[in-house]
Amino acid sequence: MNPSAIRQAVIDALSSVAPEGDYDRLRPDRGLREQLDIDSYDFLTVMVRLHESLGVDVPEADYGKLATLDEAVVYLAARLGA
Amino acid sequence: MIEFRMPTLGADMEAGKLVEWLVKPGDLVKRGQVIAIVETDKGAVEVECWDDGVVEALVVQPVTEVPVGTVLATLQEIGAPVASGVASGVVEPVARGAESSAGASRADIPEAAGLAAAGRATGDATSTPADTTAAPIASDGAATSAPPTGRLRATPAARRRAQELGIDLAAVTASGADGAIALEDVERAAAGAAKSATGNAAPTSASTGAVDAPKTAPGADPRASTVTTSAPAMAATTSDHSAVSTGTRPPPAEAARTTSPADRQAAMRDAIASAMAKSKREIPHYYLGQWIDLSRATAWLAARNAERPVTERVLFAAVLLTAIARTLREVAELNGFWIDGGFRPAAAIHLGVGIALRGGGLVAPAIHDAGERSVDDMMRALSDLVQRARGGSLRSSELTDATVTVTNLGDQGVETVYGVIYPPQVALVGLGKVVQRPWAEDGAVSVRPLIHATLSGDHRASVGHRGALFLAALDRILQSPEDLR
Repeated sequence: MNPSAIRQAVIDALSSVAPEGDYDRLRPDRGLREQLDIDSYDFLTVMVRLHESLGVDVPEADYGKLATLDEAVVYLAARLGA
Repeated sequence: MIEFRMPTLGADMEAGKLVEWLVKPGDLVKRGQVIAIVETDKGAVEVECWDDGVVEALVVQPVTEVPVGTVLATLQEIGAPVASGVASGVVEPVARGAESSAGASRADIPEAAGLAAAGRATGDATSTPADTTAAPIASDGAATSAPPTGRLRATPAARRRAQELGIDLAAVTASGADGAIALEDVERAAAGAAKSATGNAAPTSASTGAVDAPKTAPGADPRASTVTTSAPAMAATTSDHSAVSTGTRPPPAEAARTTSPADRQAAMRDAIASAMAKSKREIPHYYLGQWIDLSRATAWLAARNAERPVTERVLFAAVLLTAIARTLREVAELNGFWIDGGFRPAAAIHLGVGIALRGGGLVAPAIHDAGERSVDDMMRALSDLVQRARGGSLRSSELTDATVTVTNLGDQGVETVYGVIYPPQVALVGLGKVVQRPWAEDGAVSVRPLIHATLSGDHRASVGHRGALFLAALDRILQSPEDLR
């Protein structure tokens, strides 16, 4: 799976909990929680969505590695062996 | 005869809009069953009936706004002699306090109800019961108690899902014994349609809906309209979110869309303003705070979550709520209501949980019987409640039953919150962010995860000493997290 498909999967997961977000203007190098006002419940939901769409079960200990969109893509690509 | 009335779903609610009946005359109703949908500023609320009985007559027809206390339906007690001609059983005047309105002809009603609704829509929350004596009076019971005709019977969840999927309810076959179209029926119809079309239409439309749906008007507060416009997208994602919503059903927000988001926002802000002003006017608050070491609790949960798939993980918030509920069992003065100049302790612990809505609103629905729940149980209840709160479909008991409230602002990075008590409750527990800080214990300093737990107490109902005992007990309970299983 290429990085742009992974990126889209992350945005799909995020938009499921924060549908009002402006994803065209999302800064990929800035924190997702602040930009989208995502709380811990929303974040868990995003992880569940990514598990569904990509088949990647992100351990809780790794949550900190998905703080920004860029980081999330890098992390998931590594997990997917892309 | 049992009278089912428009409930008060908040300290300042004066009227509610009946938008849908989920039962019809002749139906058997069990205590706790959701039988009607009422629209309030907190969204569409599923209203439960607290008596067992057989529905005799639906006195008020949807969509009608009526004052709190208005009889909406009558039920026959089970085992009671059945009145001759159940359908025409409503012959007595039902609008208590609505003087001489029993003589009002039914023709007056829609107009008056319309006025009440109009007053509400323009933000005039002052319409008193006197303005709306319209409380529909059954002078001809046969007409009022006739089952709704020309309207498909379907659960709110089913209606909403059908709308999301673009399915005509008329084309869906009801499978239930009661003849109402249920969510499963819609899903089945959708699956059938998808199979005959592109093969996988439903999931795709749901996810693109989430991306495309909410485009706010230019110049509008981008978040102001999200409560309702985002609702379908939320539902699409949460309805099949079986992972954390085991045993729950998706929220019915369809009915909620009859009021514009801006109106609802304004009404919700008014309600919060009114309740909080009342609190600060009447309740002599005292405030306590204590830092609590969470090393054991966080390590325990992390180890537990590490063994579980993402779908079964528990949020630390659920651990905190479980611990708070257990602690409240020890300090009864904090759990209950201040009513008519006296404290009335509550028998059960119904933990109100402050939930921020994406549109900027706030609700604090209750997790029932929280004192009896394990951590896993609490997580399920919390997931269910958050989803339904944000989807705009809480139940009436959840909005009225909370005996104490917890506010958790940790996700926003705040370390300390001293909250405002929600009257008539007598205490509010505040939680901040879990922070890593130096901590001295046994003469040595180490870095520990800490939380600042606070208590706002009503000094009429409890004294600071008891409040201090509560925080000390919370600390103690959080040091033995394995007991929260």
